[in-house]
Amino acid sequence: MIALLEIPLHQAVPYVAGAYIAFVALILLYLAIMATKLGRIERELAELTDLATRRRPGADEHDAP
Amino acid sequence: MSAATPTVAAPRTRVVLAALLRKELRVELRSFAAVPAMSLFSVTTFVLFHFALQANALDGDLASGVLWVTLLFAAILGINRLFVADAEQGGFDGFLLSPADRSVLLYSKALTLLAYLLVLELVAVPAFALLLLQPAIWPALPGLLVTLALGDLGIVVIGTLVGALAVRTSVRDLLGPMISLPLLVPVLLCAARATSPVLAAAGAGTLPLRWLLTLALYDLVFGLITFAVFDFLLED
Amino acid sequence: MYGKRLRPLALTTFAALTLTLVLAFFWAPNDANQGFLQKIFYLHVPLAIVTLCGFIYGGLAAIAHLRTRDSRWDMRSYVAIHLSLVFGVGVLVTGSIWAKGSWGVWWDWSEPTLVSFLLIMLLYATYQPLRFAIEDPERQARYASVFAITAGAFVPINFVIVRLSTAYLHPRVLGNISANLPGRFQIVFYLSLISMALLWITLWRYEMTSKHASAQLRALKRALGGDDDEALPRRSAVPTLTIGAGATPTGRGSAGRTGAPR
Repeated sequence: MIALLEIPLHQAVPYVAGAYIAFVALILLYLAIMATKLGRIERELAELTDLATRRRPGADEHDAP
Repeated sequence: MSAATPTVAAPRTRVVLAALLRKELRVELRSFAAVPAMSLFSVTTFVLFHFALQANALDGDLASGVLWVTLLFAAILGINRLFVADAEQGGFDGFLLSPADRSVLLYSKALTLLAYLLVLELVAVPAFALLLLQPAIWPALPGLLVTLALGDLGIVVIGTLVGALAVRTSVRDLLGPMISLPLLVPVLLCAARATSPVLAAAGAGTLPLRWLLTLALYDLVFGLITFAVFDFLLED
Repeated sequence: MYGKRLRPLALTTFAALTLTLVLAFFWAPNDANQGFLQKIFYLHVPLAIVTLCGFIYGGLAAIAHLRTRDSRWDMRSYVAIHLSLVFGVGVLVTGSIWAKGSWGVWWDWSEPTLVSFLLIMLLYATYQPLRFAIEDPERQARYASVFAITAGAFVPINFVIVRLSTAYLHPRVLGNISANLPGRFQIVFYLSLISMALLWITLWRYEMTSKHASAQLRALKRALGGDDDEALPRRSAVPTLTIGAGATPTGRGSAGRTGAPR
């Protein structure tokens, strides 16, 4: 069996912290990209609502976006 | 609703296969698109390795690795060319319009690739023995041939599938290697591990069965997968 | 509808992850060999397992797509593979950090999980370029499904073969997972596995909802826009979901439909 480095606690903490932080950062990055997509969907939906209300004036104007 | 038109019976697989193989042979002999390039490439690569490794003679692990990597890259060249003529000149459509069973295209292309590899090895292995190999090749030959056979099967199975997959994309020359190389790593792994005791400096050792067995199983599994999914690539 | 159960799912995931973190750091004892560094194990290994399962699910969804020709299965496969790629990056990063802490090197060829993951990631990294290189949406989906099935089969086989090869040369006890864990370790490990799986499922549903909403938006746009349609749609690697009657792809937007949108 190959000898493992037994690192003292104060040296191990940065590694453990680094790993967990990297994981969180990755997930947050993913969420951020999804959020921009969601923003785009909302914008386009607003445009389409606009388009629809122009076509049928008075029908949907009281709908909250 | 009786049919007034005569129904065409699907021709026997053997007949269609023979016809397709004859066509492949004729095309290759006329255009020399694949095999000469593959063979020349392998010899050139051996020269490159000589200069890169600054070694006159290799044995064991290093010899096995150099041989198999070279064969793999030369095979990639062949895989790239395998379906190109059909894609560019309507061979797919012609085949699909015929009443033949679709799997026959898979068999013909697989056998064609196997033929390319066999001719490649007829050139590459002697070149390797001449240029880079330190121990004598003759005692190693039986073991080497067995490993080459199993390795070729693996390359054929993966190569035919990936070749068909990549050929009708816009970057076929890039995607083909990119997709096939990771899939071929287990083949490389098992083949190289199996070959290295055979090419040992102290005289050919015994062929490790576990790697050959693993390689054979890999060939079998991916052979089945290729057979199962190939038709879906031909639909239009 | 993918968004329906998203909130309870997300809350459950959050609760599970929090519980796992608390237990991992305050309840599970320090490992006899590795000490505090072992805590990465609760992150890296479940991440790896969930990623592999995600890729395999991508293959299964691709099989369903080829059998039913329903574009929704293609989307499920695409999102699963996409998400597993992201998680896979996490596996490689956390694994490297663990390796650096344990053995002093960022990369070790005798660690079978890392090596097989490298191969798998190299393979799946070609998925999106493959999709992008095929313009026709139906053919793109079909070819992508063939790829996903082949790659999905490759995942377990490759894992076994790499393990065989590394075990043969350098027995690496650390790579072995949960089989021999005593009591508390095991509980926390399974809990973290469940949390990670829940996280994957939540994010998968999240992305499915987003893609589904985009597709419905496009359909709405076509229905409202009619003739003054968008310019030729840009080439995309993302599957096109067909919204509306039947699942058979029409390949083209409905021509000039005026009147009330669906």
